[in-house]
Amino acid sequence: MKPSIDTIVAIATPPGEGGIAVLRVSGPEAVAIVDRRFRAPTPLASAASHTAHVGAICDAAGERIDQVVCTVFRAPHSYTGEDVVEVSCHGGTLTSRRVMGVLLETGAEMARPGEFTKRAFLNGKMDLAQAEAVAELIHARSDAARRISLEQLAGRLSSEVQTLRRSLMDAVGLLELELDFAEDGYEFLDRSKIRELLNDAGSSLRRLLESYRAGKVFRDGVKLVLTGAPNAGKSSLLNALLKESRAIVTEVPGTTRDVIEEGLSIGGVLFRVVDTAGLRPTSDPVEREGVERAHEQLRSADVVIWVVDLMAPIQPTKEAIESIGSSHVIVALNKSDVIARSSSTRMDIEDDSRALRISAKTGDGIQRLEEEMLAVAVGRTPSDNTEGATVTNARHYDVLRRASRSLTLALESLEGGKTGEFLALDIREALNTLAELTGEVTTDDIMNAVFSKFCIGK
Amino acid sequence: MAVSEMKYDVVVGGAGHAGLEAAMAAARMGASVLVVTMDCKAIGRMSCNPAIGGTAKGHLVREIDALGGEMAKIADATGIHFRMLNLSKGPAVWSPRCQNDREAYSREAGKRLGSIEGIAFLEDAVVDVAVEVGPKPFPHKLVGVVTAKGKRVSCRSFVLSSGTFMRAIMHTGLTHEKGGRFGEGASYGLTERLESLGFVSGRLKTGTPPRVSLESIDLPAVEPQHSDSPPRPLSFSTQRIENRLIPMYLTYTSPTTHEALRRGFDRSPMFTGRIKGVGPRYCPSIEDKINRFADKDRHQIYLEPEGYETDTVYVNGFSTSLPEEVQLEGLRTVQGLEKVRMLRPGYAVEYDFFPPHQASATLETKLVMGLFFAGQINGTSGYEEAAGQGLIAGINSALRSRGGGEMFHVKRSDGYLGVMVDDLVTKSTEEPYRMFTSRAEYRLLLRQDNADRRLTRMGAKLGLVESATLARLDAKERAIVRLSTLTSRTTVAPSTINGHLEAVGTETIDAPDKLIRLVKRSEVSLEGLLGVSELWSEGALDFAREGMDERTWSEVVEQVDIEAKYEGYVSRQREQVLRFDSFEEQAIPGDLDYDRIPSLSSEGRERLSRMKPETIGQASRISGVTSSDVSVLMVFLKE
Repeated sequence: MKPSIDTIVAIATPPGEGGIAVLRVSGPEAVAIVDRRFRAPTPLASAASHTAHVGAICDAAGERIDQVVCTVFRAPHSYTGEDVVEVSCHGGTLTSRRVMGVLLETGAEMARPGEFTKRAFLNGKMDLAQAEAVAELIHARSDAARRISLEQLAGRLSSEVQTLRRSLMDAVGLLELELDFAEDGYEFLDRSKIRELLNDAGSSLRRLLESYRAGKVFRDGVKLVLTGAPNAGKSSLLNALLKESRAIVTEVPGTTRDVIEEGLSIGGVLFRVVDTAGLRPTSDPVEREGVERAHEQLRSADVVIWVVDLMAPIQPTKEAIESIGSSHVIVALNKSDVIARSSSTRMDIEDDSRALRISAKTGDGIQRLEEEMLAVAVGRTPSDNTEGATVTNARHYDVLRRASRSLTLALESLEGGKTGEFLALDIREALNTLAELTGEVTTDDIMNAVFSKFCIGK
Repeated sequence: MAVSEMKYDVVVGGAGHAGLEAAMAAARMGASVLVVTMDCKAIGRMSCNPAIGGTAKGHLVREIDALGGEMAKIADATGIHFRMLNLSKGPAVWSPRCQNDREAYSREAGKRLGSIEGIAFLEDAVVDVAVEVGPKPFPHKLVGVVTAKGKRVSCRSFVLSSGTFMRAIMHTGLTHEKGGRFGEGASYGLTERLESLGFVSGRLKTGTPPRVSLESIDLPAVEPQHSDSPPRPLSFSTQRIENRLIPMYLTYTSPTTHEALRRGFDRSPMFTGRIKGVGPRYCPSIEDKINRFADKDRHQIYLEPEGYETDTVYVNGFSTSLPEEVQLEGLRTVQGLEKVRMLRPGYAVEYDFFPPHQASATLETKLVMGLFFAGQINGTSGYEEAAGQGLIAGINSALRSRGGGEMFHVKRSDGYLGVMVDDLVTKSTEEPYRMFTSRAEYRLLLRQDNADRRLTRMGAKLGLVESATLARLDAKERAIVRLSTLTSRTTVAPSTINGHLEAVGTETIDAPDKLIRLVKRSEVSLEGLLGVSELWSEGALDFAREGMDERTWSEVVEQVDIEAKYEGYVSRQREQVLRFDSFEEQAIPGDLDYDRIPSLSSEGRERLSRMKPETIGQASRISGVTSSDVSVLMVFLKE
């Protein structure tokens, strides 16, 4: 009988020139299809799982297309859980496309975006949260994001949620059992135990929800706006920060409307730096337009550094800083090296708790500034992730938020003296919701939304 | 020709609680019905305890009634003791229960069955079925049955509701005899025949406690338990219970009892391995309870007189198959039973059943079109479970005999009936299945008080509900809308309401408030508020009630009260139903070849091939089918 699942193929490496390109073939016919065009001393059909074989891929007419290495993975011990052959050919768009063309002619189907991972999910190789981590790992733009995605792929978030579900499941089981012992008036589960359990589960969920803010920062990066008077030293501060930046960061275009001048990696977090014009009152309509834009940038920023020249005759007022309307402003009092030598008295602005003295020129205070930037952006340091999983995905956040609301209602039912059947409803609602996270309860819509975010070949 | 002389639309094999409902429903739907029973005097007989209802079972009885079945009416007519259980919890888990006069119940059942036009009787047993090749996806199609006395009956549908009678063996101590009930025989041949068609059978065990003499009980030493006052009828169409009510009695076993019974364990058919069938875990025999809960020094025993005239008392909680002398010795250590006379020892009965995954949600078997299973043959225990299945099987047997058309089933979100059948067909069962509140995930919607609002219209559509009953429901629904509108629009002043609030023990109000907000308080009942005449504008309540009788009006008040109090929970439960209903609506073709879906786990594939779920919802509830199997199935069906 013909299996109804296609064998799919895609180029798994990015387009462009490179040393090698890898094509991935997955499905019940993967080995047979590659074998038909693979010339080597022994056919792949007789190859053991997890072995690599050198040979040539030829087209139907027998013409050699390329010399390749084929690696065979037998079901279920492969990424997708199906038979998989990875064909490594020479890099370059032309060669890999020719090889794929040959395989398509031989019976493979072109893979859709995310189809390999979708198959892995459907074959039970990973749950939905893990599958989503694959996409996030691929798109990771900072070290912290990469690490979090990897943890999620290893099942950290899933297992934390499963532990939570198990304890809730036990509780709801006992509560429901009670309902059937009508006349004995027996409580299988002490009410104070339930309260404790709900409180524990609730705080686990809250912790996960709180991690989302940090998680989002790790994944998407932080928008950092530098502002201040034209000659306050924004550019030299930027240069100083760049010098300290431990990794070179490239920005993927199209993620923001902002004009990004630079990307900084500090403590594993990507800071996208946006420069703005100074915020001075003006009557020039063109300039006013620019100031208005700057205000908008400041409002949408995650972190604002207001650079102030300590030597300047006119200092910004507290009111001017408050006018940005945010608590994420750091005031960098630049040129501390100069002021140290002069006899000037402390300025009013220095009383502001958000003010830091720095010297872009000597690098003095830059490290403290970076710590402050991280603290404002993340609320905690990225290495501080021993306490549990980090949530980075909006879908997960939504699931956890709804589950958390159900548990709050459960506590309300409990405090309101409601009997077991009401508590059971609240807890079951939380359980059903949490099941969406790992895909235990899933619909076509959820699956499509998840897998359409993938690139072809993954 | 003599061989094909008899011809009916529907044949029902067995006239217990399942068969009775099946036959009456089919006949009411216009089918010609033949009831084949081994004993025409044993119709609707209460083989075990003389009671109807109880936790979750009471819900089933109310649903059977709402759908147009008989059980509640028979029980109301012959009840001798009525109680609503679980009153300490919320209304969703209240369950009515009544004790019955055992003989009167059976007489009433027989009378009702006999009064329906279109039902014929045959004192015999079905031992064979005649089949032809069936239309897809059925391998076979039923065309007739053959009885033990050699009669051939041609029919389109056959409801098998044989109770505990197929290859039945009764055990008391180490002695055993053939038979499905005290003083009655067993039936043979059909199991083997069905196995030859591809069915799988199993063995189950159930037990019944000893019966003792009321005269010999020291009544002052046991605790009397009286009926609720006033008693609540089980049937929506019973106006009030006018039967004479008598008390039941409560007593306890003691460590001496346990010691006495333990001494007989070496002669127990359970512990010596004589009984191979699996017994119910939740309705365990007394020896099971002593064995399993060794640290408990007493167990509750209810002494239940089996009727007005009889001296027979059912010893509830003392189900056993120990030797007779051990049973007696044990009983005499129970307070109040020191001088008890045992009229009949308890016994266990072992019988054939067909694991119910072989049937679909209509209770038609997946192998033979026109063959239906109902009751203990599906592995259930209890009259109410049997009656519910009988009703569903009876309805579908009539629909099937008309040829084609849509069959009937109850969704999990529509009733305990639906939960039960769905559990049976998706989980199958390896021990007798009993209905529980815990099994119904939508229990806040599936209350005993609103069974009519959930199911009566379905029954009416099928032709099972009298027009007067439907008219009463319509009037009730209209009154619910009027009263709930009135309640939500009425604002009360502190001066008019505070006296009442104080009287019921809840906080008074400082400013005018919506009446509906007060109804939400647990201490306040709408019924009580109706008694405060100053709250209501002139004629408003009369307008809402519209000349309705006392019983229906009290139901209206109860509905509005419950809906106001639990509004938030109820609406959230409805959301859950909506979310999961989409899975219930995704149908799986009956002839789907699971071998064509390579991504299924091997266990999932095996389970799905065996259970043949009808919907994605059903598939997701089969144990061994993982969530990724369900996703695979969804993706496959979509493509």
